[in-house]
Amino acid sequence: MATPTLPTHGESSVSATQTIGPQKKPRFLARRWWPYLFLSPFIILFAIFGLFPLLFSFYLSFQSWEPTSGLASMKFVGIDNFRFVLTDPWYWTSLWNTFYLAVISGVPQHVIAIPLAYFIHTSFTRWRNGIVGLYFLPYITSTVAIVLMFSTLFSTDFGFINVVLNGLATLSGVGIFFPDEKIDWLNRAEYIKPAVALVVFWRYVGFNTVLYLAALQAIPKSLYEAAMIDGATKWQQFRYITLPLLRPMMLLAITLSIIGGMQLFEEPFILTGGRGGTDQAAMTTAVYMYRTAFEFNDIGTASAISWLLFIIIGALILLSRKFFPRAGTSDASITTA
Amino acid sequence: MRKFSSNQFGAYLIIGVGALIMLAPFYFMFVFATHTRSEIFQLPPPIWFGNDFLDNLHLLLERAPFWRNLLVSFYVAVMGTILTLLFSSLGGYAFAMYEFKGKDALFALVIGTMVVPPFLGMIPTFMIISALEWFDQPRALYIPGAASGFGIFLMRQYIASSISRELLDAARIDGCSEFRIYWSIVLPLIGPALGTLGLVAFVGSWNQLIGPLIVMHSMEMFTAPLALRAIQSPVDTEWGAVMAGTALSVAPLLVMFAFASRRLIDGLTAGAVKQ
Repeated sequence: MATPTLPTHGESSVSATQTIGPQKKPRFLARRWWPYLFLSPFIILFAIFGLFPLLFSFYLSFQSWEPTSGLASMKFVGIDNFRFVLTDPWYWTSLWNTFYLAVISGVPQHVIAIPLAYFIHTSFTRWRNGIVGLYFLPYITSTVAIVLMFSTLFSTDFGFINVVLNGLATLSGVGIFFPDEKIDWLNRAEYIKPAVALVVFWRYVGFNTVLYLAALQAIPKSLYEAAMIDGATKWQQFRYITLPLLRPMMLLAITLSIIGGMQLFEEPFILTGGRGGTDQAAMTTAVYMYRTAFEFNDIGTASAISWLLFIIIGALILLSRKFFPRAGTSDASITTA
Repeated sequence: MRKFSSNQFGAYLIIGVGALIMLAPFYFMFVFATHTRSEIFQLPPPIWFGNDFLDNLHLLLERAPFWRNLLVSFYVAVMGTILTLLFSSLGGYAFAMYEFKGKDALFALVIGTMVVPPFLGMIPTFMIISALEWFDQPRALYIPGAASGFGIFLMRQYIASSISRELLDAARIDGCSEFRIYWSIVLPLIGPALGTLGLVAFVGSWNQLIGPLIVMHSMEMFTAPLALRAIQSPVDTEWGAVMAGTALSVAPLLVMFAFASRRLIDGLTAGAVKQ
């Protein structure tokens, strides 16, 4: 870097109007290169830990390789990995589990979050942030902590959930809807999915509530005022103003749920001690991929599983856009309300 | 005073009961942390605090070097937060205030990194860490995540809306170098955005599981969640001790959330809400 030969004009209080122009002190780097320098940490790290892994995993999905026997044992096998995965019963089980869990944990999240956000929006002003915070709290808590908390509550003989359910079963009238036996939540194949889904639901319902609340706050009050003048009931306002205007956020929130649900890993992984549960009943595709890679040491097959899952996620996102077309229709339903 | 309708009462009731259900697992975590295993597993289960917390802590420390595990978590989270703030603000500043060749393509790349599912890179990342010989090194946990597309996106939005190019041009005319402008003018003006991103980055790092699971192999270098998972054995789990450790690992986030819940919620939902 050259030393500046000009007197430093900052000290001599040269005003900004006085153009120094081309004789400015020589710079370490021309201005047009600076943005690249500023972006270089991102670009370098992304190249090493983002782009390269992505391409390499694609390459790996066509290789047969056991990491324990060194890089030299890698061998090109064409589409054999994909052929193996697509005829592997465990893969189809894991895919079914993933879909099943995504639906039974995802649908209730939105069915609850939308009215919940609506109630919070219409009934709370002063306490709103506090209430929203309570519902959001599970989202900022680590999955390990959450699953460990729930593991004690799910315990068969002394867990709080069974105690409450058995207690409810002794009530007359509603009792028949509740089990009067102790449910082995985490070891019986038929109960582990509901257990995982409950944890996932509990964790993400607040997140969705916040999204819907933000969308509700963006709806102009004047629409409701106009509807009230026209004599619309509260239900009609919700049905014909709120719901249609929530559609864009529903598309986004549901898309996020699909993306998250298809990748579900941590909750079932920890709840089942890393193995996917009795009869693989809670082994999601992501858990299966992890086991294939790090337990069975089959990197090629695991890479193929991850790419197949990626394709499924992409297809589902496109599908969700078909079901929830953006805007357009929602405007029409406001005018008819 | 407004009329207190029965509808509204119903809404308060439902939301209140729902909030209690959301809080219940946290409550039981703290309660169980103060009871021995045999007290936890009796009928009915304890619903109020006991006095065995220190015994539980003692048991916990027999099974895992838990203070050290918390320290590893903390170190990784602090380093990760600092790097994320630095790299994101630099990148966001470049996108917000400069015109350069390839800007649109690069920005599309930044957004693209936000939609690629993380599991796709899991295996190759493991191999890179292995090639770099970074196993059991905290840097394996904070360096890969420091290039945050989300962080750059957030910073770009904030800088573009809060800083005028005229101000920066004036500084240039006064002879300020491009880096000085970033460091002495831009950084002090984007404090709120740095605060939000910092909280998000810290919480994300503190809670991460998959990364540590893959790269941390010795108990000494486990993060707190990993250590808790390790002492939960299928047959003989000391649940009181596990709950004590869980409470210790959750408590810092609860404190943070109590003071900055609005900002954390805004930051964590920003990617979705601001689109």
